[in-house]
Amino acid sequence: MQHRYMAIWFRHLVTDWLTLRQPELKDQPFVLVVPEHNRMIVRAANPEAEAQGVRTGMPAADAKAITTNLQVIDFPLGQESKLLRHLGLWCIRYTPVVAIDLPDGLTLDISGCAHLWGGEKGYLKTVVLKLRGMGYDARAAIADTVGAAWAIARYGKIRPIIESGGQAEAIAGLSPAALRLEPEILDKLYKLGFRYVKNFMIMPRTVLRRRFGEGFLLRLAQALGTTDEYLTPIIPPVPYVERLPCLEPVRTDKAIEIGIEKLLQGLCSRLQAEGKGVRKAVLKCFRIDGKMVQAEITTTRGSHSVSHLFKLFGLQISKIEPALGIELFLLEAQKVEDIDPLQEKLWVDDPGLQDTALAELLDRIAGKIGPERIMRYLPAEHYWPERSIRPALSLKDISLAGWRADKPRPIRLLSKPEAIEVMALLPDYPPKIFIYKGKRHVVDKADGPERIEREWWLDKGEHRDYYMVEDEHGGRYWLFRSGHYDGGGAQWYLHGFFA
Amino acid sequence: METAHDRKALINSLQKNILQWEGYRPPPAGTQGLVGLGAVETAFPNGVFPLGAVHELVCSTTEQATASSGLISGLLSVFMQNGGACLWISLTGNIFPPALSGFGIEPSRLIFIRVTKDQEALWVMEEALKCAGLAAVVAEARELDFKQSRRLQLVVEQSHVTGFVLRNAVKKVGSTACAARWQVKPLPSEPVDGLPGLGFPRWEVELLRVRNGHPGTWIIEWAEGKFKQVEKEQTAKPFKRKAG
Repeated sequence: MQHRYMAIWFRHLVTDWLTLRQPELKDQPFVLVVPEHNRMIVRAANPEAEAQGVRTGMPAADAKAITTNLQVIDFPLGQESKLLRHLGLWCIRYTPVVAIDLPDGLTLDISGCAHLWGGEKGYLKTVVLKLRGMGYDARAAIADTVGAAWAIARYGKIRPIIESGGQAEAIAGLSPAALRLEPEILDKLYKLGFRYVKNFMIMPRTVLRRRFGEGFLLRLAQALGTTDEYLTPIIPPVPYVERLPCLEPVRTDKAIEIGIEKLLQGLCSRLQAEGKGVRKAVLKCFRIDGKMVQAEITTTRGSHSVSHLFKLFGLQISKIEPALGIELFLLEAQKVEDIDPLQEKLWVDDPGLQDTALAELLDRIAGKIGPERIMRYLPAEHYWPERSIRPALSLKDISLAGWRADKPRPIRLLSKPEAIEVMALLPDYPPKIFIYKGKRHVVDKADGPERIEREWWLDKGEHRDYYMVEDEHGGRYWLFRSGHYDGGGAQWYLHGFFA
Repeated sequence: METAHDRKALINSLQKNILQWEGYRPPPAGTQGLVGLGAVETAFPNGVFPLGAVHELVCSTTEQATASSGLISGLLSVFMQNGGACLWISLTGNIFPPALSGFGIEPSRLIFIRVTKDQEALWVMEEALKCAGLAAVVAEARELDFKQSRRLQLVVEQSHVTGFVLRNAVKKVGSTACAARWQVKPLPSEPVDGLPGLGFPRWEVELLRVRNGHPGTWIIEWAEGKFKQVEKEQTAKPFKRKAG
């Protein structure tokens, strides 16, 4: 989409504001000063003072010398950003995307807004006249790029509206200062005789980069539109949000359910049209006692299914405390992702883990008991039993390592091996009798040992000699001796049960 | 004699009708012997292992619970052949996935859910059984009463997913609406070809209750990737019909 930007420049932002606050200053030259290197430097001058030759950046003493009855006032530090924020919020009525451009401007993304005021001409006129009516000396310009609009608003002399694609021509005749460059680079440009942008606009980039650096090229490219420039809006847009005000405050579960369903229908039809799905959504309920309660859902895969999302919220309804009543519902989809449109299949082969219904089921389980309780394991390349599996990151996660089936492994593994008392006949023999949880097991058959060395680069300790044993009743166990057999000092453990 | 013959035929057809009304459809061709349990399957109505039903396995010790897990794993390997996924809900969460590959299951297609209460386990199981895409659902829980089992049964009648409830440390075994109640006990294995060490895992599989079937006891081994029945002198209990 072709973007259009409007830059507004407040020529006398702070002095205009002060004049509005103190009407007696009107028609009287005054300057705002800041201390700098033990001198008072003029930071802003009102039009009357400027008419007498006062410029910003000159010492206050000089300014006093060239003007009669000049008032010198301390500059209210930090006031510009407050003022610009205030003005920016006022401008929201013209476009939702307004960015502050310190120290003295605003940038508006007006794409798709101007026709409501009868075209860009009418739009610009309305905005500027309104601002001037408020007492601020504003200039504005509209162009395809932020940089060009900025330049024309401040340095343009002919037309404030640059047609689409005309920005190169428009800024060619302006001074390099229109490109938002640093003072040092501007000095260098003037020294080299570059009085206008057109002098260097068509020069090879490599030459310019060597002399003026990457930042200079970026500013030029931003003004010409060859690089994108992003605005930071005052009000960050929540792209997917639905509102539902209630005529009467609602209190019952049923009413909340109806509210959620209505909101979801609106949200999901929009998401579906754009091919997106919700990963995280928050329902905010504003109560009449001024408090806000919220419920949050997350999904493992983007979803725009009303019934599924409604089920997820359904698990949370009991947590929403309506108190005296809820008067406004706000549903925000805080995290959305593109989802692949699903092709309805005539013959469905078993989709296994990629099943949508399975993803929805896991969302419901995660909503009820928490996502950390759901686990899926993949093989890890370790022999040490506790490390031979790793949790999968998502349903799509696969492991390149295969499952090893060459060595017997117990179907139930204790998370922590439990110490047992044993009687072994010979040093390297499996135990003859072992006592686990106070119960005596006489070992009938045994397989082993399988020695598993500890991974010394991960932790320290003894190796394990595993035996698979079967007692006289048919119970099959996985026992190990920690370390070498040395005079009966080695400790035995039970680590798992075989089927 | 003709009237007696007619009556027998009538009773047979009525019994078949009753089975149909209870949700047992006549088995499609080729489903007999599907799960490979051999003679155990003949205990079920129509001689077919009931899929799309809830099975209950009671066990009193960890050894029995482990043996039951072995039997379930063997059955899952059949259900998961077509690439389906399976949910395993448990309180302890001590199933060791690498061992399952020995039962012909790809362990990464199993999703483990760790719960803290029986109520949670049964809630998750009920939700999971609604999901027709799953191959099977296994839940480890302590208690299961008639009402809860009835809920599970109603869900699987819609979705045709097979469920297993592994009841460990059962205090009281009441009546439930499950299709079958099993008890699996480990038995000492027989050495293979006279070699020392352990043989194939061997279990005493007992069907305590079967809806519209015949309870009995069998000895089953898991050998070389499939179930193998071991003949003993006294296998089946005396023929006894028990209505579910």
